[in-house]
Amino acid sequence: MNDSIKNGKNSVSSFFDGVRDRWANAPTWQRYTVYVLLFVFALSLPTLPLGPIMSPHVDWPSLLFFPIGVYVLLALGLNIVVGQAGLLDLGFVAFYAIGAYHLAYLGTTFDWNFWVIVPIAILMAAVSGVVLGAPTLRLRGDYLAIVTLGFGEIVRITAMNTEAIGGTNGIPGIPHPPNIEEGPVLFGVEIFKYGLLDSAPYYYLLVVLCALVIILARRWERSRVGRAWSAIREDEDAAEVMGVPTFKFKLLAFAIGAAIGGATGVFWAGKVVSIVPQDFPFILSATILAAVVLGGSGNIPGVMLGAFLVAWLPERFRGLAEWRFMAFGAVLVLMMIFRPEGILPSRQRKAELKEGTGGMGSMGAEVGGPDSGEPVEVAK
Amino acid sequence: MLRRPAPFRLADLFASLLPKAITVTEQFNNLIAQFWPTTVDGVVKGAIYALIALGYTMVYGVLRLINFAHSEIFMTGSIGALVVVTTLVAPTAGPVTGLGLVGLLLLMAVVSMAASGGMAVLLEQIAYRPLRKHGSSRLAALISAIGASLFLMEFFALVVIPWLFDRGGQGRNQIAMARFLEREEVFTIFGASVSNNDLLILAAALLMMFLLDQLVNRTKIGRGIRATAMDPQTAVLMGVNIDRIVRITFLVGGAMAGIAGMLFLLKYENTRYNIGFILGIKAFTAAVLGGIGNIRGALVGGFVLGLVENYGGAFFGGQWLNVVAFVVLVLVLMFRPTGILGESIQQARA
Repeated sequence: MNDSIKNGKNSVSSFFDGVRDRWANAPTWQRYTVYVLLFVFALSLPTLPLGPIMSPHVDWPSLLFFPIGVYVLLALGLNIVVGQAGLLDLGFVAFYAIGAYHLAYLGTTFDWNFWVIVPIAILMAAVSGVVLGAPTLRLRGDYLAIVTLGFGEIVRITAMNTEAIGGTNGIPGIPHPPNIEEGPVLFGVEIFKYGLLDSAPYYYLLVVLCALVIILARRWERSRVGRAWSAIREDEDAAEVMGVPTFKFKLLAFAIGAAIGGATGVFWAGKVVSIVPQDFPFILSATILAAVVLGGSGNIPGVMLGAFLVAWLPERFRGLAEWRFMAFGAVLVLMMIFRPEGILPSRQRKAELKEGTGGMGSMGAEVGGPDSGEPVEVAK
Repeated sequence: MLRRPAPFRLADLFASLLPKAITVTEQFNNLIAQFWPTTVDGVVKGAIYALIALGYTMVYGVLRLINFAHSEIFMTGSIGALVVVTTLVAPTAGPVTGLGLVGLLLLMAVVSMAASGGMAVLLEQIAYRPLRKHGSSRLAALISAIGASLFLMEFFALVVIPWLFDRGGQGRNQIAMARFLEREEVFTIFGASVSNNDLLILAAALLMMFLLDQLVNRTKIGRGIRATAMDPQTAVLMGVNIDRIVRITFLVGGAMAGIAGMLFLLKYENTRYNIGFILGIKAFTAAVLGGIGNIRGALVGGFVLGLVENYGGAFFGGQWLNVVAFVVLVLVLMFRPTGILGESIQQARA
């Protein structure tokens, strides 16, 4: 069908493999220097004179905040669920909504401080992940996809029908994070002044959150938890037999993903002043999934690249924005056919996909599939 | 800055629960008063769910894939039927009667089945077959299905609907159908009126279900489908042409969704590019409810879901209709994941 699939490598892949080998062998201080430089670069983005090139239609710092920053964070969260543990979650936007609604409700009703609500909202998002996951994670993977999809819709419809949280009108007047007057100034921006029209300070919050998530995700990936996740992803039955408590680890992945989604929701709602249920449609879940798959599920830089592309391209080329979901759909299909591992794949994931089964076993009715040994030719 | 909420008192809690208790009785009375009309509507809706659920269950039986884009195949059918109506019936022409009505309905059925069946076969060819050929993972297949669903929805909104109905840039709006079938009450059950429209939908759905059941259980093609669902490898050894069986499964499932689309149009008299999204999830729920992979289960599941959803809607209020359906799905998966009639694949592959 396609050589790149059969061999599992092509020139692009081998180039990235080379880069990755060099990276893995580099001394620790070099790698940390690069991390710090990347962090500083991310912080400097809003003030760099990139606006005219990167974003001719919208204010560049606000574009960096939403959709780019928000999508990157959501994709990192979904990556833990889909990329690491191999659980297809189609209702990820629900956790984002839960985080945002907690800030909106607690902030407007009780006048609580933003920073008091953040941990509560994150915790509640994680709890909702557990509540959703507990009954469904014992099921086969594809049922999970539909149940999470249903859950996403339930959350949205419930928000629309519940007058206590504003119904279809949503909640206006959400508090910003508290200002620090005369605070430190970075790149000519007062970084702790959260005004209505400033975007950069909020974006800095997202960058810090993002860095935190990346560090945690890396640590998890390299730990016993991460090994358990990849064992589950590759073959759940085998993992269970080998003594991995699969249900527990799947639930953990779900809760962590939900917490990250919830955190993103809080920080997003902290800027936008008012939220409505229509801010959390299914299409957003599908977009984030597209970002994860496009970038290379399981690989953090890949996922971030995917999220950036998915967020930035439609904003940069406004004339094509209407066509973006159609393009996402086509890209998802084409990626699954020609490059299921994504643009920047994780090496392990790629190997699994080459083997044929990634988590849920292979499709039925295939007769030259992975577990039939030699392919049987059926009716050309 | 911090304003303390009012201190908690048990009396307040009871006071706030009292009106709730009254509303619950009111809701219950509402359900009782509306019981029979709700039931009639639920059965008719259930017939449509069942027809769509057949496509999910058949494809799942053969490929073990949730054909996520099946909802868009249903939508294609409703659009196909609508094209027939808008072409042949002038918006102000009034009711069509006699032989003309029969001809129109048959033509709608044929066109919607052809559109949906063709779309389903095309979908299989483009989005699933390549994956099947190199033994991709089921996660990859499911993502491909989601992509295909998204693509079809947007393709219809941006290209097909503006082109077919001459609505430049308004493909996302609801499109209404001119009423050509005068609705008359045929008889009443316990005071609930049953219209000719309801009867027509129910009769057509039951006829299609009967034909499908015969096809699967009585013909050689049906034997091939059943054999593939049980064990594809052995089926190949026994001389079943898998590719052909898969294609036929998609064609038949698609045609059922097409009929469902036409009947949906008769009942609700409008359609939209994303009409399949919610309906598809509900039909999938119906398939799971009856036991996925089990064709008779899908029929039972469809009717049960239609009824349960309507009763739930009557009890909690119409705006919770969709939530009721999703909650049913979660509950079924929690307590009886093999469905009412049992999952036929599970038995075969246990």
